[in-house]
Amino acid sequence: MTETKTPATPETPKTPTATTERGLIPLPANAARALTLIGGAATAASAFLAWTWTAEFPGDLTVYGYPGGLQWLTFTGGILIVLFALAGYGVRGLRWLTPAGNNAPLALTALGALGTTWFTVIAIAAKLGGLVNLEPGGYIAAIASLLPVIGAFALPEPTGDTTKETLRHYTAKAEKIPAATPTTPWQQRLIITAVTIVGLITFTYGIDTAYGELFIGYLILVVFAVWALHTAGLLDRFSHLVTGNRSFTLAMGFLAAIAFPFTQTDDHYANIGVNILIFGTVALGLNIVVGLAGLLDLGYVAFLGVGAYTAALVSGSEFSTISGVQFPFWASALTGAAASLIFGVLIGAPTLRLRGDYLAIVTLGFGEIFRIAVNNMDGDSGPDITNGPNGIPSIPDLDFFGFNFGESHDIAGFTIGRFANYYLLMVLVMAIVVLVYTRAADSRIGRSWIAIREDETAATAMGINGFNVKLIAFALGASLAGLAGTVSAHVTYSVVPNPYQFAGSTPPNSAFLLAAVVLGGMGTVAGPLLGAALLYLLPEKLVFLQDKSLLAFGIALILLMRFRPEGIIANRRRQLEFHETGQLDVPDTETLADEPAVTKAGA
Amino acid sequence: MTTPVLEARAVTMRFGGLTAVRSVDFTVNTGEIVGLIGPNGAGKTTFFNCLTGLYVPTEGTVSYKGTVLPPKPHLVTKAGIARTFQNIRLFANMTVLENVLVGRHTRTKEGLWSALLRGPGFKKAEKASEERAMELLEFIGLAHKRDHLARNLPYGEQRKLEIARALASEPGLLLLDEPTAGMNPQETRATEELVFAIRDKGIAVLLIEHDMRFVFNLSDRVACLVQGEKLVEGTSEVVQSDERVIAAYLGTPFEGAPGEEEAAEVAAAEAHAEAAPSTKGDTQ
Repeated sequence: MTETKTPATPETPKTPTATTERGLIPLPANAARALTLIGGAATAASAFLAWTWTAEFPGDLTVYGYPGGLQWLTFTGGILIVLFALAGYGVRGLRWLTPAGNNAPLALTALGALGTTWFTVIAIAAKLGGLVNLEPGGYIAAIASLLPVIGAFALPEPTGDTTKETLRHYTAKAEKIPAATPTTPWQQRLIITAVTIVGLITFTYGIDTAYGELFIGYLILVVFAVWALHTAGLLDRFSHLVTGNRSFTLAMGFLAAIAFPFTQTDDHYANIGVNILIFGTVALGLNIVVGLAGLLDLGYVAFLGVGAYTAALVSGSEFSTISGVQFPFWASALTGAAASLIFGVLIGAPTLRLRGDYLAIVTLGFGEIFRIAVNNMDGDSGPDITNGPNGIPSIPDLDFFGFNFGESHDIAGFTIGRFANYYLLMVLVMAIVVLVYTRAADSRIGRSWIAIREDETAATAMGINGFNVKLIAFALGASLAGLAGTVSAHVTYSVVPNPYQFAGSTPPNSAFLLAAVVLGGMGTVAGPLLGAALLYLLPEKLVFLQDKSLLAFGIALILLMRFRPEGIIANRRRQLEFHETGQLDVPDTETLADEPAVTKAGA
Repeated sequence: MTTPVLEARAVTMRFGGLTAVRSVDFTVNTGEIVGLIGPNGAGKTTFFNCLTGLYVPTEGTVSYKGTVLPPKPHLVTKAGIARTFQNIRLFANMTVLENVLVGRHTRTKEGLWSALLRGPGFKKAEKASEERAMELLEFIGLAHKRDHLARNLPYGEQRKLEIARALASEPGLLLLDEPTAGMNPQETRATEELVFAIRDKGIAVLLIEHDMRFVFNLSDRVACLVQGEKLVEGTSEVVQSDERVIAAYLGTPFEGAPGEEEAAEVAAAEAHAEAAPSTKGDTQ
């Protein structure tokens, strides 16, 4: 324990002294702080003005006294600035917002509010054709949102040699986050519940955004707000809270997922929800293969296809080539998963002897073989199994004991539509997949997957049968994708070969699945789900990108890999792999309570 | 004589036209520490890889306690031969404890289903594995670093951890490939003690080493490989005084003045580093 205390703070800027630190913008510190507070309030207030004269711009920003559409985002941004500014003043009850007392969260929220507001103003001018379309309120909002940014960057911070370095100080995470005041288990659960609710509201808002501009504004604000929370150290504190209450958090997460359709009035958004879930579930299955076992599989979507086609064939559809067969759902789900498992083993057995790049190329080939084979099994160029490019349409809706998934149901005053029904079923499937993932990862088999990923030669020298273990990962991943496929066949009414390709502009396809895993964070549960949600929502909301969406993704992925290679939600291992931070991996012995020591004492 | 733990018969390894190991016969008996020396490129590591199944020998067989080993690394480990690597091959992004737990792989059998269902058997096995791993970590003195990532350990501790990981597979024979490479004299001496402690657990040890003091101190028998062939095998004295070994590998006479001077220098440096109070051990 003695060696663990090596301090990771080289410069320790504990108490800011005005002599060595000054703001980037020359202003007295008091004025700067006041400016952030006033600017934040002004930004929030400006949302109540009319920004444009016509309702042609979506969201109706023409009303004085009531924010609409994008103005709500500016309003939220302003409120966040005010909160962080007050926390900076040390107002009792808000100090927990910035435990380390750094200014980065304030600067980042100010930038976020500036981003959304200016984006809105520019979007109005661009869409309606000129600045003349702005009402005075628009100008006021633009100027008001600039004030907190000026204020935040006038706050004293240690100056670096270059402006770039100084700027980094303004957006850097606090170096040492003081331990949270001890909380009782009930308080902890209360906090987790509150965070879950806020998360659900935020997420629901994102899905429900009715037009592309609103979604972009939302993304800007959310990205900066989350970044701000990260620099404040609140995310670290929360994740520590989560590790102490893992099962409770998981339960809350699922409750929130179940609650989602009840917050929706339009079944269209439940449709988006169910598609995100299908996409996310498959991405989580791929995460076993890529994130844990380290096998780069570029044809993974084929297993989703196998599951979907199997379910379609036994669904009782009149176009199914196996006529007259109608399995109950549990049976077709099992058949779909089993069929995918068999395909996984068939494809895996010859290919898993290859390593690295070779495996990627071969799986890419097999993925394409699946699609082309399905395209050709139409009775002309091959046996008549899949009806070729026409696919298998009119797949009947599921029916559980008289509960027809195709109809709307009223549950406790809420109307649950068709897609909401499937959404709830998909939540169940996802729960199974999450359970399988977490349990498999934390076991002898999971450790051997990670060992294989880390160093295959050493792993086999430790007695791990590399081929067997990889095949299990491959087959397990395949069957989970197949399971999700069986539901997706029913959700979409029909299965056709086209979506099961390597790359396309809409998810799911193998490239998007892999991107979801990498973007979200390999080796985590929440990462691929978040990645899948983002990758599904972006093309769905940003319709104007059309065929350029792939290009946009390429750029986004490159940027992400440059600045955060471990993904949005970082696995502890990955984080350390990409950022050499010395002793950071040392279990938090002093700042936070340590449970490992207890188990150690027992061992 | 005791029964042989490891018996290699006429092991030959050819890579195309190059014969890296030529018809080597070799035995390791229970409770023995055997050293394998030889100049660089003599085929020592290749021979190791043949023993552990990483390479399939072109000719010859390797048997462990009387049964011929299949040339598959994981089966060799399962049979009871564990190894470390010349350039450390830990699972860098796993914790110290996890590394050792991976070493337990062959001695546990909980599969995927057991992991998914999490019955009482699974929990018992995980607990037992962890206890055994912690014992090993205590044995090598890394128990306090169980939750560190392997990559963040200092070099000497990484070497130790690799040995612990190998020991976790409960081997009857431990193969160490240059266990003291890159170590300072103190660490080398600690490793010496560790190897003796391992031998005292009833595990035979076969080691490749370039540190002659280390090898000749430690080994009951030493074999010298030169150009893929076993030149000589015997006790430390026999090998040290063998003219062919001197010519091919040791170079200057081992008991000559420069060597002794050097050894004395090292001993003095060590004594100095060990600080004043402990003056018992450095008389030799």
